[in-house]
Amino acid sequence: MYTIEKSKLSDLFGAISASCELYLPVKKAGQNNFTKYEAGTEYCDELKTVKSPKDMFFPQSENIVSFEKTDGKIKVTPDTIPTEKTVVFGVRACDVASFDVLDRVFLSEPADSFYKARRENCTVVATACSEPEESCFCSVFGIDPSEPKADVATWFVGEKLYWKALTEKGEELTKAVASVLTEENADGTVEAEKAKIKEIVKNLPLASLSLDGWDGDATEAKFDAPEWEKLSASCLGCGACTFVCPTCQCYDIRDYDTGHGIQRYRCWDSCMYNDFTMMAHGTPRPSQLQRFRQRFMHKLVYFPANNDGMYSCVGCGRCVNKCPISMNIAKVIKAFGGDKS
Amino acid sequence: MSCNCGTPVDKLIPQTVKVVSIRQDTPDVKTFRVVALEGEELFDHMPGQCAMLTVPGVGEAMFSITSSPTEKGYKDFSIKRCGLLTDYLHSMEAGEEVCVRGPYGKPFPVDTEFKGKDLLFIAGGIGLAPLHSVINYVRANRENYGKIDILYGSRSKDDLVDFDEIENEWLKEEGINVYLTIDREQEGWDGHVGFVPSYLKELDFPPTSTAVICGPPIMIKFVLQALIEMGFEKTQVYTTLELKMKCGIGKCGRCNIGSKYVCKDGPVFRCDEIDELPNEY
Repeated sequence: MYTIEKSKLSDLFGAISASCELYLPVKKAGQNNFTKYEAGTEYCDELKTVKSPKDMFFPQSENIVSFEKTDGKIKVTPDTIPTEKTVVFGVRACDVASFDVLDRVFLSEPADSFYKARRENCTVVATACSEPEESCFCSVFGIDPSEPKADVATWFVGEKLYWKALTEKGEELTKAVASVLTEENADGTVEAEKAKIKEIVKNLPLASLSLDGWDGDATEAKFDAPEWEKLSASCLGCGACTFVCPTCQCYDIRDYDTGHGIQRYRCWDSCMYNDFTMMAHGTPRPSQLQRFRQRFMHKLVYFPANNDGMYSCVGCGRCVNKCPISMNIAKVIKAFGGDKS
Repeated sequence: MSCNCGTPVDKLIPQTVKVVSIRQDTPDVKTFRVVALEGEELFDHMPGQCAMLTVPGVGEAMFSITSSPTEKGYKDFSIKRCGLLTDYLHSMEAGEEVCVRGPYGKPFPVDTEFKGKDLLFIAGGIGLAPLHSVINYVRANRENYGKIDILYGSRSKDDLVDFDEIENEWLKEEGINVYLTIDREQEGWDGHVGFVPSYLKELDFPPTSTAVICGPPIMIKFVLQALIEMGFEKTQVYTTLELKMKCGIGKCGRCNIGSKYVCKDGPVFRCDEIDELPNEY
């Protein structure tokens, strides 16, 4: 175990960013988001970033290939696969778990080369949640916010940051920044912090949610259920839930005329939009009810069916905070009777 | 998949191909034949598989590959003009270039379940396009299959895709029976008139064949009903589905029906498999 004084965090960030790009939660224009570190950047210790760190590996928009047309000939130039080494600091346990969900999608054969390169080039430094809040329900998905499973796990306790490498990548990073860290036997302090966090988690209002009845075999029982109508009735179809969601990974591919060629890019898309599945002859999901149902069925039934029971939700609660009509996955689970309290 | 420089990059990156010929099949269907550029190769495919066609700046969409894998050196795409990209494709001339990536999806089980079976192909309109590849694969490997019946219908005589090939090759081939029908009486047509499902019932094929159907969803629905009435089991009936696709590799999240992705788990499905999917198609 290593420690560093909170007042000296900038030394740590400086040491990390000396050899690679560092991303960490930073408050800008009133919003906390993962941002590239530059000298003087201040770490924001709020519990949640507005957007999840998924765009570390799956950027909101990225170029994939360009086309140049001269004399009727088309030259195809794939965009280069990213090679920068990165570190992302301050990832919460729920978001770390979301990377496993994204891996299932992007690393399954045929793997997405752009995602894969970014993922492999990144070292994830997780930070335990000192004070999980009422919109959090990661424990429902078996995630322990007191003990994040990343390359490095860290805990903020008192005036210090406690640092523990968990993987080879984590060890390497620890070695690289060893000069600013102090070795310390602090197991007792960290264990006490973990116990404190676990106690908070146990008493959170959404901790009693139950996933009983939600699994890969639940299509027949859930698809035509009357609950969807009431749940989806006031959905605006704005897609905010999908953009802040750490596991939503639907994307669009589009061409943009730059004036000197065509740039093809991919960007986040949302199953909540009516043109998402629109074809020349129509769409199979013309109503908001169908699109709403699709999103939750995918997270709680279809995804587990294809991924050994893994849910495509990590209980980060961002949708709970951001939905303009206060609809969210916790309410969906509850409406189907999933509350043990 | 490779780019022009031959380096493997990603399944999402297409390669440039040349459109060597464009055949006008019907008033709104053209068949585009594409070949690899000099010194490059096109991917191999199996009947029923699809590929993404790109016109840079206009868009990209999934099309079934119409030619049989037994026809080497080119790929055919029979494409109906019905949207932005297909409008552009229909305005193109032979010699121009487009881009292509693939193949995608699960093919028809031509070398397994279909082997040794009598085959009954039922198509409506542009629905012949995906079956065309299977039919010509089966014709090229005739010894592996039993009797072949092809029932094909369209709005009018002019809307029958591949009519020249049907007339000059399929109709003349021994061991292949072709039944054509059009929706309404038309001058110069002395063949059958009526919708595909009702003609199917008239023909009353014994329920011993493996049936392969493709056409508009409404035709598929009534053909399937008719087949069941005729004593076919759903396990004997195959079809191919179509939904909006962007990636082709089960990641962009568009083409799912329940837990199945049409681009990756389909587009070919056995009809009993479709029964297990939620009713969202």
